[in-house]
Amino acid sequence: MSQDSTLQLAGLIKGNEAALVDELITAMRNKLMRFDKASESEIRQQTAQLLKLLELNIPKTTTHNLNDSIWAETKQLLTEFSHARVKQGYTPAETASIIFSLKEPIFKLLRASLTDQPQQLVEELATTTALFDSLGLYTIDVFQKAREMVISRQQQELLELSTPVVQLWQNVLALPLIGTLDSARTQVVMENLLQKIVETGALIAIIDITGVPTVDTLVAQHLLKTIAAARLMGADCIISGIRPQIAQTIVHLGVNLEDVITKATLADAFVIALKKTGASITNSAA
Amino acid sequence: MERIPILRMGSLLLVTIQVDMHDRLAMTLQEDLTDRIVKDRAKGVLIDISALDIVDSFIGRMISNTAAMAKILDAKTVVVGMQPAVAITLVELGLALEGVSTALNVERGIAMLAQRE
Repeated sequence: MSQDSTLQLAGLIKGNEAALVDELITAMRNKLMRFDKASESEIRQQTAQLLKLLELNIPKTTTHNLNDSIWAETKQLLTEFSHARVKQGYTPAETASIIFSLKEPIFKLLRASLTDQPQQLVEELATTTALFDSLGLYTIDVFQKAREMVISRQQQELLELSTPVVQLWQNVLALPLIGTLDSARTQVVMENLLQKIVETGALIAIIDITGVPTVDTLVAQHLLKTIAAARLMGADCIISGIRPQIAQTIVHLGVNLEDVITKATLADAFVIALKKTGASITNSAA
Repeated sequence: MERIPILRMGSLLLVTIQVDMHDRLAMTLQEDLTDRIVKDRAKGVLIDISALDIVDSFIGRMISNTAAMAKILDAKTVVVGMQPAVAITLVELGLALEGVSTALNVERGIAMLAQRE
């Protein structure tokens, strides 16, 4: 590709921004599922900005490698553009297609201005395609990264949310588990429980699995590990909140819970815990 | 040579591990402790590992073996003061110290042994 050909592209964009954006919007109306006034004006504004930057930057370079510092500003714009789409719930394909849809109207302009120079037209088309492809792909990249960030943040929040250890009574702790137990969560649960045992000097920990939807061999193994670790710290564990289906599953899977005290409800487990710690509750009204 | 002290408290023996356990030290402790159980006719052994923050499978097995030996000599072993990180490590290593009693601190351990007498 020659310096001339890229200059030609920049020159073409200049002066035709409005027409390009209009054509893009028309194309978008047919392609995108949701396309309202708000996103239309936003896309208009952002694509106009993008075209401005392209106009400025295309003449400065012959490479369309986006790692070049010349493209930093363009990349910044695309990042914002992509993040806005993530928030609005666009798919990555829809987001990238906005960029790719700019190609068609630009090709039209090129064809119109270079009808008599087929050689240069081919070169221009190749350059433009390469440039817009890398811009579009960059958008997808950023889009994906933004999504992953959201997912990992939510995972972190979930991890923090779902592992409280509460003190029910002197020497008695309760650990209400909610949701599926995977290895990462087990680790956090275990650490929290052991830490709390040290802090409170608890003798009994009640692990309530009412909120655990399914118990498979892995979950059971994680439970047993937690119980073993608590025992090493001198605290006994009681498992409570076992639903009938879960009892059936545990037996069918052949999981050995024989060394562990199990109770159907947290209340039952609490009574046992009080008995073991030597405390008792009497009803003063009776 | 470095040795871990074994203190006598009535019919109990108290072993406080304050230094990093290495294998040689662990073996020496095992010998000393079995000797002392017989000599002092001890009924209980407290092993305080609150200062221990690193364990490996060898030390884990050593504790478990020591408890088994003490049991043959009619002394009950209680391991006390285990750190959370140590407990997690032992469980991950598959050494849940079955057959060894545990307590949160020395006080609880003594109470546990007193109950047995």
